[in-house]
Amino acid sequence: MIRAHILVCAGAGCISSGGNALKDVLAAELKKRGLDGEIKIVETGCMGPCDLGPVMLVHPEGTFYQRVTALDVPKLVEEHFIKGRPYTKLLPKDDVTANVVTTQRDFSFFAKQEKIVLENCGLIDAENIEEYIARDGYAALGKVLTSMKPEQVIAVIKASGLRGRGGAGFPTGVKWELMAKAPTKPKYVICNADEGDPGAFMNRAVLEGDPHRVLEGMAIGAYAMGANRGFIYIRAEYPLAIKRLNIAIAQAYQRGLLGKNLFETSYDFDIEIRIGAGAFVCGEETALMRSIEGRRGQPMPRPPFPAQRGLWGKPTNINNVETWATIKPIILKGAKWYASFGTEKSKGTKVFALAGKIRNTGLAEVPYGTTLREIIFGIGGGIPKDKKFKAVQTGGPSGGVIPAQHLDERVDYESLQKLGSIMGSGGMVVMDEDSCMVDVARFFMDFCCDESCGKCPPCRVGTRQMLNILDRICTGEAELADIEKLESLASVVRDASLCGLGQTAPNPVLTTLRYFRDEYLAHVVEKRCPARVCRELLEFRINEEKCVGCSLCARGCPVHTIFKRDGLKKFYIVEDACIRCGACLDACKFDAVLKTSDGVHARSVTPADLATSSTRATKPVMKK
Amino acid sequence: MNLEELKKLKEKAQRQVALREGSKKYRVVVSMGTSGIAAGAREVMKTMLDEIEKRGLEDVEVRVTGEVGLEDVEPVVRVEEAGGEKTTYARLDAEKARKIVAEHLEKGKKVDNLAVGKEKKSE
Repeated sequence: MIRAHILVCAGAGCISSGGNALKDVLAAELKKRGLDGEIKIVETGCMGPCDLGPVMLVHPEGTFYQRVTALDVPKLVEEHFIKGRPYTKLLPKDDVTANVVTTQRDFSFFAKQEKIVLENCGLIDAENIEEYIARDGYAALGKVLTSMKPEQVIAVIKASGLRGRGGAGFPTGVKWELMAKAPTKPKYVICNADEGDPGAFMNRAVLEGDPHRVLEGMAIGAYAMGANRGFIYIRAEYPLAIKRLNIAIAQAYQRGLLGKNLFETSYDFDIEIRIGAGAFVCGEETALMRSIEGRRGQPMPRPPFPAQRGLWGKPTNINNVETWATIKPIILKGAKWYASFGTEKSKGTKVFALAGKIRNTGLAEVPYGTTLREIIFGIGGGIPKDKKFKAVQTGGPSGGVIPAQHLDERVDYESLQKLGSIMGSGGMVVMDEDSCMVDVARFFMDFCCDESCGKCPPCRVGTRQMLNILDRICTGEAELADIEKLESLASVVRDASLCGLGQTAPNPVLTTLRYFRDEYLAHVVEKRCPARVCRELLEFRINEEKCVGCSLCARGCPVHTIFKRDGLKKFYIVEDACIRCGACLDACKFDAVLKTSDGVHARSVTPADLATSSTRATKPVMKK
Repeated sequence: MNLEELKKLKEKAQRQVALREGSKKYRVVVSMGTSGIAAGAREVMKTMLDEIEKRGLEDVEVRVTGEVGLEDVEPVVRVEEAGGEKTTYARLDAEKARKIVAEHLEKGKKVDNLAVGKEKKSE
């Protein structure tokens, strides 16, 4: 009998933090100690707290171990499986309650979540269809095909209040109904797995951890809409997700859960994977379809909508990975059950990817209506190093920045829109006091400018011009009129662009201008960066009272511009040659290097500096 | 595949993952402190695992724990019934372990002559 299961996280996060060898090392160790017949190792998808990776979970106790390395394995096996006590060294500490966590249930990160989409993620072996079937897998498809009419399926989805998880939040049931009514045949369904927002990885986790759930959702949707062929459009940057999807599709065909005459009915459904090259614009549905057709991924004007004329001119339905992944539980447990989660207009749960300056980086699924504070502090554990929370960026490059005063806002489609941001696909990038909001806006504008397909001028030219202005602001070369120019450009780009990429690209700029205008003004008028991020506006100095003359800063300086004062065990930085890289700040062990951004008034040169700078070239401390 | 086959497959597959979900009716806790191991607790546990498998008992989980404070009567095994009684068996060997599986875990009858004391579950 197997008495324990070791669930080793094999999501991309844990694999890249060194978890890929764990399974083999564990297996070898168990074998060495003669435990291989009583303990089973299972590789699962993402468990959520990616920051703590590689993580593993031991059942039946539910003990959760963090940052497990191959070197820990012998001791872990001895303590947990032979002596029967948790290996305390690897137990995580709960950032919210400050307790050491012995079981997964006690961890605030897990305890406060409501897992519907992620119910199997981190629990089952993604490469084994039987484990999915054990968790009611394909039972929803069976139920739909054998006992429900297509209209009934659509009615259930409509009643559940499910809205598209890709970002816009269009009611899924209504979308399906439009498509079902389209007279043309054949029809197609598409799963949009072209997840491209910086800091978002929800879809990847679902595809890596529970791929069958997406296949089942697509098959149900296709049946309801009268389609017999489906495509999964996924980017090549997700090799592990593609591998597991391929395995899942092959297993489903082998068991007769995809292909001809499903569940002994006359219904056929086939799924193919189409791999994209990773252009952000291909997440836009019309560009995505062109890419599947083998053409350049560029958006087309809508209407006609895909439900009228989509892939190869036929009616097509496109839903996000998370939307498809939500179908199975709705069918099995009913629309009423699903609608009991969430708010009045936003039903159900949403998976958020927590990233940036947050303790528990990772995936969290919560019902709509949960406050930002609960997500960031209750589940995410707050900001590391006791820094102050400044803002959270939701919805990726199309979204906006939400400042601290709105932390108690309940998260749903409408409330985020009201704040100038969007739900997007669920990325949340947290920023602390060390983040410069102008720099953040510049980063996202740079991304959009780079990813603009170039088809329509408002987006192609507009994002470039906005980026130029933001560059000027960050380097201290901008004038007050530039802010007005930025605002008027933003409205043009938003109103005149062809597709969602351009229409939403100004959002980060508009929201930072709305909530952090003083930071823009500081850059433009005073030529200083309050968060001390924008390099051109910084100044590095050495506090001679603290300097012990160890020369670490001078040796670390890539441009050799730190020198020793004559006759003194003190160093100083020559401002003109300094590239403000901050290497001296990192090198100094005595807090003697000061990073300031005091603006134009403070940057006057004192007579003392002039006196010393004349001698600088003659006495370099280090040779090249 | 039809619905019936899917159901059968599910029942079979559920056995593979049942360990990860919820609690079982019986929890067998084997004391694996130094004295327990020295007295043969591993053999007792292995025998129980084999026996549980042989009899196809589903609603049982086996855990190990450290010293339970009964060093002189090791090997010690505690059988906990969900929400019910805890029974501690002591001075076990392979033969007695098999008996506990056959009587207590399969038929639900405590093996009184092997038990050292009974206590109400406090949790």
